[in-house]
Amino acid sequence: MTGGTPPSPPAVRCSGLRRRYGRRPAVEDVSLEVGRGEVVGLLGPNGAGKSTVIKMLLGLVRPDAGEAVLLGRPAGDPASRARVGYLPELFRYQPWLSAAEVLALHVRLAGVTVPAPERHDCLSLVGLGERAADRVGGFSKGMQQRLGLAVALVARPELVILDEPTSALDPLGRADVRDIVLALKARGVAVLLNSHLIGEVERVCDRVVILDRGRVAASGTLGELLGRRELRLRLTDLSPEAQARLAATGDVRRDGDGFTVALPAGDDEAAVPELVRDLVALGVRVHAVEPARVSLEERLLGILRAGQEDAA
Amino acid sequence: MTVLTVAALTLREASRRRALLAVVVLTAALLLLSGWGFSRLAAESGLGTLTSGQARLAASQLLNLVMFGLSLIAALGTAFLAGPTLSGETESGIALAVLARPVRRSAVLLGKWLGLAAFGSGFVVLAGLAQCLVVLATVGYWPPRPATALALLAGQTVVLLTLGLLLATVVSPMASGVVAVGLFGATWVAGVVGGIGEALGNDGVARVGAVSRMLLPTDGLWRGAMHALQDPVVLARFGAEFDGFPFLGEAPLSAAYLGWAAAWVAMMWALTAVSFQHRDL
Repeated sequence: MTGGTPPSPPAVRCSGLRRRYGRRPAVEDVSLEVGRGEVVGLLGPNGAGKSTVIKMLLGLVRPDAGEAVLLGRPAGDPASRARVGYLPELFRYQPWLSAAEVLALHVRLAGVTVPAPERHDCLSLVGLGERAADRVGGFSKGMQQRLGLAVALVARPELVILDEPTSALDPLGRADVRDIVLALKARGVAVLLNSHLIGEVERVCDRVVILDRGRVAASGTLGELLGRRELRLRLTDLSPEAQARLAATGDVRRDGDGFTVALPAGDDEAAVPELVRDLVALGVRVHAVEPARVSLEERLLGILRAGQEDAA
Repeated sequence: MTVLTVAALTLREASRRRALLAVVVLTAALLLLSGWGFSRLAAESGLGTLTSGQARLAASQLLNLVMFGLSLIAALGTAFLAGPTLSGETESGIALAVLARPVRRSAVLLGKWLGLAAFGSGFVVLAGLAQCLVVLATVGYWPPRPATALALLAGQTVVLLTLGLLLATVVSPMASGVVAVGLFGATWVAGVVGGIGEALGNDGVARVGAVSRMLLPTDGLWRGAMHALQDPVVLARFGAEFDGFPFLGEAPLSAAYLGWAAAWVAMMWALTAVSFQHRDL
């Protein structure tokens, strides 16, 4: 015995997940991992297999091959879902129950004891505190999605899986979801977030997995995926020496007075001020300096288009 | 734990859905109408147009007829509850959130089945008892074995809802209700045809009833219930004249048949569990 507690297994680990519907492959060889307290975004076009992957993790759809482990237990074992909260893409809750009763039901099904005030806090968190006693049947789509979020959060989960959590929400609701995800992350709860809203994913996720036609097209931290940082400059009176200095920094594209310089990955903070200082020393007139970054959207579209060209 | 939670949820669903209201209204209408009918029967026998034996026979026959109406209401009610509660929840997405909890699908299914069985049996026993009391109050007839009759009617309801649940795992909610009630009706008709075959001494036709009673035990259990409701003395006197009459049970149920009905329910339940277990949501 060496003492100390062993490192906790990741919240999600799956490898080689495969699922066909008839002859059409929905998911092909998907492997991914979500660490404890990590927020991972699942991105991809419609029909990329995102929801199917999530359902396979939760035992709702049987994989044809591959294996998945949730919080250290094989995904086929119901006990693996004891500390998992899930908001399905197709969400609907018992219309004949009140919002508070739906939460009480899910707490009982999860086999945990959560006192009524805590359950009510959960409803308040998603903006349904005032509607706790109302029948779910009278709720709008957006309110049902908020209730679904409360259901996913109520049983003190260690992993929360959100499948399109903002599809029915107004901009205010989307901001609420973002805050909730960030609060979960701060509490060390792992989150797997499937969303079409790239901006949403970019703001809250530590890592992103991009699925395309059932396969993982790319994955990594935002820094890794968006690695290329750029610097846009507007310069006049450029001498050959100054041009050489620019080229020494990275690839240069020129458009009239405008120059775009690619900064090397893992670049330190000093590169930009040093470049500007050297250019000024070489007699260059510097009109504008603007850092730029490839957005996740551009990167996603690039990956998906490259995939289409490969397939064609 | 899961089983009891889901059973309680199912009972609450049954009590809060409009289906319950519809069943209560139908039952009340049937009880009122039958109360009026039985009071007319009492008045006729008081006038001396019917002998007391004839009146008792008529009362016990009418009781069977009204009980058939009740069992039909129970059948429709449970079949149309069983369908939506399982396949409706799968289609609408309610099942997704529930089955993503640390629960076994078989436990959820057992809970639903128990809740529906309690609801259906509770209805049949209460409504049936009320009907017996109406008959007692109007014509003074009390069936020989009411407890057996009500238990068999409850059993019939359980058989039908088990079939409804099995169908609900493979077809749409409405279709499962329609098919279950259709099969229930078909078995009853086959039972009547079989009875006529027996009365005519035609073994081939008689076998139709026997086979259908094995395939779906609703009609067999119903006949056992009728037998427990009717007056044995009057039946012995007039029985031969009523051969093949659909609202007459000629013999009590054998233990073997009851065992078969229980085994049938267990087999259908197991099939449902297997089908539900393998279903993608």
